[in-house]
Amino acid sequence: MNNKIFTAAALSALCLLQAACSKDLNRVPNNGVTASQVYSTPLGYTQALAKVYAAFANTGNVGGTGSPDLPTQIINDEGNSDFLRLYFNLQELTTDEAAWTWESDAGIQGLHEMSWSSTNPIVDGLYYRAAFQITLCNDFISHSSDAELAGKGFSSTTVDSIRHYRAEARFLRAFQYWVLMDLFANPPFATEKDPIGAFIPKQISRSDLFKYIESELKGAADSGLVAPHQALVGHADQAAAWSLLARIYLNASVYTGTARYTDAITYCNKVIGAGYTLHPDYTRLMLADNQNNTDENIFDIMYDATFIQNYGGTTYLVHGPAGIPNNVSGVNGSWSGLRLTQDFINLFPDFSGATDHRAQFWTTGQTKNMTALYTSTAGFATFKFRNVTSTGAADPHQDNGDNFASIKFPLFRLAEIYLIYAESVLRGGSGGDAATALNYINALRTRAYGNTSGNISSGQLTTSFILDERGRELYYECFRRTDLIRYNEFTTNAYLWAWKGGVAGGTAVDPKYNIFPIPSTDLSANPNLKQNKDY
Amino acid sequence: MHILLLLLFISSTLLAQRRTITGKVVDNKDGSPLSGVTVQAKGDLKGGTTTGSDGSFTITVGENARILVFSFVGYAAQEHSIGAGPMTIGLSAGEANLNEVVVIGYGTTRKKDLTGAVAVVDEKDFQKGTITTPEQMIAGKVPGVSIISNSGQPGSGSTIRFRGGSSLNASNSPLIVLDGVPLNSDVAPGQKSAVPGAGSPLSFINPNDIESFTVLKDASAAAIYGARAAGGVIIITTKKGRGGELKINFRSNNSMSTLIKEVPVLNAAQFKQVVNTYGTPDKVALLGTSNTNWQDQIYQTAFGTDNSVSISGGVKGLPYRLSVGYQAQNGILKTDNLQRTSATLALTPVLFEKHLKVNLNVMGSMENARFGNQGAIGGAISFDPTQPIYSKSPRFGGYWEWLDPTTASGLKALVGRNPLGLLEQHYDKSTPKRSIGNLQLDYSLHFLPDLHANLNVGYDYSDGRGTTFVPDSAAESYNAGGVTSGQNNKYRSTNYNSLFEFYFSYNKDLKNIRSHIDAQAGYSYNNYLSTVYNYAQYYADGSMVPKTTPPTASVDYQHTLISWFGRVTYSFEDKYLLTGTFRRDGSSRFAPPYRWANFPSAAFAWKIKSEPFLENSNTVSELKLRLGWGITGQQDGIGDYDYYAYYYLSDSNAAYQFGNNYFQGWRPAGFYSTRRWEQTSTSNIGLDYGFLDNRIYGSLDFYHKNTTQLLNQVSQSALSNYSAYIVANVGSMTNDGVEFSINLEPVRTRNVTWDLGFNITYNKNKITNLTVVPDDPNYPGFGSGNIAGGIGGQFTEINAVGTPKNTFYLYRQVYDTKGNPIEGVFVDKNADGLINQNDLYKTKSADPNTFIGFSTSFNWGKWNFSTVLRSSLGMYDYNNIRSQTGTLNQVVKNVTLYNASASVLTTHFNGNAQELLSDYYISNASFLRMDNLSVGYNFGAISHTHTNLRLNAGVQNVFVVTKYKGLDPEIGAGTDIGVGNPGIDNNAYPRPRVYNLGINLDF
Repeated sequence: MNNKIFTAAALSALCLLQAACSKDLNRVPNNGVTASQVYSTPLGYTQALAKVYAAFANTGNVGGTGSPDLPTQIINDEGNSDFLRLYFNLQELTTDEAAWTWESDAGIQGLHEMSWSSTNPIVDGLYYRAAFQITLCNDFISHSSDAELAGKGFSSTTVDSIRHYRAEARFLRAFQYWVLMDLFANPPFATEKDPIGAFIPKQISRSDLFKYIESELKGAADSGLVAPHQALVGHADQAAAWSLLARIYLNASVYTGTARYTDAITYCNKVIGAGYTLHPDYTRLMLADNQNNTDENIFDIMYDATFIQNYGGTTYLVHGPAGIPNNVSGVNGSWSGLRLTQDFINLFPDFSGATDHRAQFWTTGQTKNMTALYTSTAGFATFKFRNVTSTGAADPHQDNGDNFASIKFPLFRLAEIYLIYAESVLRGGSGGDAATALNYINALRTRAYGNTSGNISSGQLTTSFILDERGRELYYECFRRTDLIRYNEFTTNAYLWAWKGGVAGGTAVDPKYNIFPIPSTDLSANPNLKQNKDY
Repeated sequence: MHILLLLLFISSTLLAQRRTITGKVVDNKDGSPLSGVTVQAKGDLKGGTTTGSDGSFTITVGENARILVFSFVGYAAQEHSIGAGPMTIGLSAGEANLNEVVVIGYGTTRKKDLTGAVAVVDEKDFQKGTITTPEQMIAGKVPGVSIISNSGQPGSGSTIRFRGGSSLNASNSPLIVLDGVPLNSDVAPGQKSAVPGAGSPLSFINPNDIESFTVLKDASAAAIYGARAAGGVIIITTKKGRGGELKINFRSNNSMSTLIKEVPVLNAAQFKQVVNTYGTPDKVALLGTSNTNWQDQIYQTAFGTDNSVSISGGVKGLPYRLSVGYQAQNGILKTDNLQRTSATLALTPVLFEKHLKVNLNVMGSMENARFGNQGAIGGAISFDPTQPIYSKSPRFGGYWEWLDPTTASGLKALVGRNPLGLLEQHYDKSTPKRSIGNLQLDYSLHFLPDLHANLNVGYDYSDGRGTTFVPDSAAESYNAGGVTSGQNNKYRSTNYNSLFEFYFSYNKDLKNIRSHIDAQAGYSYNNYLSTVYNYAQYYADGSMVPKTTPPTASVDYQHTLISWFGRVTYSFEDKYLLTGTFRRDGSSRFAPPYRWANFPSAAFAWKIKSEPFLENSNTVSELKLRLGWGITGQQDGIGDYDYYAYYYLSDSNAAYQFGNNYFQGWRPAGFYSTRRWEQTSTSNIGLDYGFLDNRIYGSLDFYHKNTTQLLNQVSQSALSNYSAYIVANVGSMTNDGVEFSINLEPVRTRNVTWDLGFNITYNKNKITNLTVVPDDPNYPGFGSGNIAGGIGGQFTEINAVGTPKNTFYLYRQVYDTKGNPIEGVFVDKNADGLINQNDLYKTKSADPNTFIGFSTSFNWGKWNFSTVLRSSLGMYDYNNIRSQTGTLNQVVKNVTLYNASASVLTTHFNGNAQELLSDYYISNASFLRMDNLSVGYNFGAISHTHTNLRLNAGVQNVFVVTKYKGLDPEIGAGTDIGVGNPGIDNNAYPRPRVYNLGINLDF
């Protein structure tokens, strides 16, 4: 009897104990917060938006390396995992503009040779970087709808600025979807309406994605983005959205089969009408204080050697080129990696830079001909990017080790808009005229030569001249692959450059290489996806 | 209450009439006196004493006592009738300690009643010599358990794997339970060790305080620890006082450690020749005129001493043991030093008429360590041997460095620094502390003595803190002008773990149905809280490095486990044993719907020896068949909170600029809301055997382990989560194996005994699935085995379906007709004209498949000789020192000159970057190592004192037989090299050879 009573008492005591302790299984971090905490204050919104932007610039949550956004399974070396370095590698290393010396670096082999596969870490890296940025945008957009903002007690000024933020997130999302559309054609698709962590995205076709991007850019520009020149440094404004619209219209026939040159001209006119002018000195476009180039730059990715540190971005573009000494680059040494093919150098009749100042090539110790693909001295390098200020002084935010760069990277600048305008006019778009087109091109050339000696006549202004001029003006700014595809010269034998197709003299390759494959990792994870043609 | 009164009455009656018996207990082997033997009158729970150092005892027993029971750990208990006059009793260790009581987790059992695969190693079988972390004492002793020291650094800990390990991404380390307190093995994110500033968390435990290790290998034994037992369980029991007269033990061990071998690199003459032959004139001009062996400079002969004193006995029926230890051990890497002071107290009173057994343990330990800068190890391999050690200038502490007059600091940028300077101008000092304690109450209910209530309350607190100081003159972190030079950085983290357990235990003989029942049921609550403190960085002068203020001052990592458990053992006719266990665990690491899981097990044992046909056999002394099955779980080694998306603020140097301000950003972390336990089911068939009075005994076990719902990093479909990979429950893996052990006693005479122990384990690991969609051909697997060299961060191994984990995944080297490797030429597997990731092939695994242990001990009179050998077979190592440094480019194509692996003299490799991924660099690393060789002499009682003296001398790490050309084929998960690089040999802290001299005094 005693026994039973004791057992009963003990059991009920244990049950009480269980009830009391079970809630100890609800543990929460002391340095992490929930979405509702982040999105409860105006500062929280700004800091959430800061990450949406920082995901463009940084590789992770710790300066340099230490807490990567992309897991090591995708890119083992965090320094290679930021947006710009990945984007540059796919847009430039695949073309006549660049090769990288270190063949054992993950994913390098096969890029310049045009024989990449669906398990290439650089291809995968850009795909997942874009997806990560889109996911952050979706998260921000879903937490900043009018319904979400209502009842938080924010002032009307705060609500207004968060509405601007929301439009910026829509713009950035459209930008990354454009990257996916341009490189991967048919990526998976998700918006702020999809529940993160609990759904499997569907695939979207390139032409449907084009329509979505077009409508999102227009929507963001019309309802929320700040007028040109009105936003604080770092924020995207209407001109950024208009510029991207001009760019996608220029390439519309590649994406959808339907040319949209008239629309391209329309949006070029909007940008130009907003009062941008060319920065007087081409050689000062890519310096440590180029955030001040608000005359020409429309939208920049911000970098800072102290506050926005990573081993990609413009840090990569300063260190990467082979052979550049410290007193030229402004940083602690060359990584002996990036060189240009002689075929690209030949776009400049005088590569010394004495005539066309855009020819900023480092030739000391380098051969002009890219005699070998994986040798650091084979091919000239460029010092277009230098981490010094426009007065030649050291970067005021230089880190102790001289590792990082403060050069901002213009995703859009006026020169490109001039070139889009001219090409669209030549390709039959209406709303512009040939004389204005020639004026714009000659404006670029006058700046490049320092006088009018390089100006061309209307008879010289052809589409093929524009392609070459885009090369001279925009090299190393991540345009080359898209341009060569638009001119059908990327995979064909219409234009051969050193080591194209893995052959010293260059050779044509399978047209499937005009787009990249969907990473096999995602095909494993997402049964809704189909691989791109022929991969 | 009546029962209680009755008991009191009986005891007081017994007290009334008493008599005194004296005698002596000796070892049957050699007649030497046995001290510490428990002597009790049968049926009289109250009395009892232990023998003194000369084996003698005096016991007072009641009038009715007829029989005395003699019991001693490691010896068969004996009963003797009380005769007239002094008694002399001989105890025998021979009977395979079958009556030995084994701690099995929430209770004990007799070894002969075990139903699971359980091994016990006690003091007499421990590895001898200089031991800085206790688990090293059982290395090679238990089949199925591999214990590999992580490096030669004192206190650096070990990689322990049971039966091949059952996990890929979660923890593979066993649960370690110290006197009933489960220790936390999880390392907080970003930390090198569970207790920062200490090499291994176990290094706090004084090895001299340990009485025994119980190793629970199969699931039927381990499942009582449920969700934490998939990696196996090691129960450590510390020594306790046995009551009786005061006994003092003093032991001292003094050691000398020496470097066995250096990494073969070019000497100064060879180096000069290479530079002169292959270097440009500007490189030749850099050559110096000295002849420096940098490895000689950074290593030293290291001395160590380990002393402990223990006092045990009983004061008024309160058995106690108090011990104090002091160990000081230098590392063979100069400046490396570990000092440990420890104290333990164990009180084991029995109160209330033997109804309440109290077990109180408190351990406190303090280390004082200076960690040698292990960067010097790689530095010494690659620093130019033609340069002098000192510069004859006071700059940079007088150490010779590569200079560059054009830089502001005067030092050449981005080159290696003087290896000796890296050591002597680097002070990484820490003073970690740890205390573990618990109070166990075992109360036998007065009204129902068969029912025990057990309470166990414990804690484990550690505080690891230290400072890294680099003087402002040191080249390691010298900046122009010297003001912003050096380092003075703090680090700290604490662990506070608490434990509350309560269980009932019921033990009943049911004579009428020839059965026995033993049952436990209880509740357990464990809380683990680690706090990592973040600090700004400081220069040597104490000024703060700008903008290094951390976003949060400290970060907590906490998890809680709540469990219900039960076990029933039923035996019939003492021949057929059935054990069933059940545990239900809840972990805070999972979302509420997935938080709880059940872990059952069942086992059956048949004591064949007890059957009539064997009962009287003289040949077969023991035969038992064991069948076991059970499920264990794993939840260590994964994030504490990531079943939910938390947002974490970026550091101030990973911010973004809006206007003139820089904003830190909130990043949502990847999450997996449906994560649950990893589960391993194990089936085990075992046979315990003994022949010829157990002069031959051992066991044979076959096991099959199947891990499902592997906690594995799997890709998330793009756009569906904040992280592209997340630890999810996907995949499965199997381990199949056989373990065999045999112990022999070929000679057993009064003066000479010879024991031999041999064990072998074969384990076959295979990954059977890794993807959501099984057998997905798109998924190649995921990498491991990070190597240095090139841009770094390349994987050399793959975990893929169909092959063992950590299988090397490399290019197939092409050789010329003479058999020399052709640099950069590999088999183009898919014949596409390119050598890229599509040409990698799966070859050997970095994990061994066979483990062998061999121990022998030979006693001849007062002499004792013993040795332990260990072998692992079937694994390959990647020589990263050769691949990284064995090239001409290493010497002549860098900013300065660097020394190279001597292999460059035969390969003449230039330094093709792809060559790093060549299978040329892997080779068979099977080995045989003599861990220990020792000799002891027992003087016995010295003249007429009660002092017993033993002396011993020995050598550890005596030799290694292997084909592997690197420094050491055995690669642990070194502390600094980075966990998760199995089989990668790169700049490891070499394991020294250690010479010991020890003395043991019993008063």
